[in-house]
Amino acid sequence: MDKIGDHYVLQALILSAVLFSIGLGGIMIRRNLIALLMCIELMLTAVNISFVSFARANHDINGQLMVFFIVTVAAAESAIGLGLLIALYRNLKEVGTAKLSALKE
Amino acid sequence: MMELIQTQLPNALYTMFCVFAAIAALGVVSLKNPVSAAFCLIMVLLNVSGIFAFQQANFVAAVQVLVYAGAIMVLFMFVIMLLSIESVAHDYPESKLLIIAPVILAFVFLCTMVIVLIHGHASPQQGNYTVEAIQQNGGNIRVVSEVMFSDYILPFQIVGALLMFAVVGAITLAKRRMD
Repeated sequence: MDKIGDHYVLQALILSAVLFSIGLGGIMIRRNLIALLMCIELMLTAVNISFVSFARANHDINGQLMVFFIVTVAAAESAIGLGLLIALYRNLKEVGTAKLSALKE
Repeated sequence: MMELIQTQLPNALYTMFCVFAAIAALGVVSLKNPVSAAFCLIMVLLNVSGIFAFQQANFVAAVQVLVYAGAIMVLFMFVIMLLSIESVAHDYPESKLLIIAPVILAFVFLCTMVIVLIHGHASPQQGNYTVEAIQQNGGNIRVVSEVMFSDYILPFQIVGALLMFAVVGAITLAKRRMD
């Protein structure tokens, strides 16, 4: 069996793994909702790189279509997330995750 | 000499895009100032767009710059400017363990992924859209749009509806109060 794709594809897939793990680590470390949203965007971008690279490796166009839909959903997600953030800031005067315990009490 | 530059320049550029994207991603998760982190994220997205362009995904590269690095990041910057910078204090956890453990976990995940990718096999089933076939059918954007408006027409409509719901939801959430 041959290896996955050519030189470009393997390099991009490794970059995708690097970006995804950086985003994953960031989500676990940071305590600030803006940073968490940015880490989610980072992980979505990593997935997009994977889609495009595998589409190139397999001579398939569907991966690029998937990236288009992912970008659209990411736009919707960040609009909603930032709207939530503003509502939260208005009520709590901060955007950390420590005070987000209203449903616990 | 000229020939060497012409053959090696694309590879060097590609590696540069990859390295800069990874460095800027580290900036996104480690910088305390959210404005700097957002600028690092813009750097990541622009470099990734360069990588897409290298892989002959022209449409996706353009969308990445316009929608991601343009629209979404402007929204982020707007919200960061709206909130006060002091509100992002107490960002990192106090105990060192809560920083080191996620780093180790992410590193283990990265090692697993890299091992899988290096030892992985190519898919035995290859599609029809080789680089030459796409060129003959009128280029990447034409081929993508033909597939999008034939096979993917229903998802396309649903995603349009989703965007409208998201806009209505975002306005409702950010409005001062409901009357």
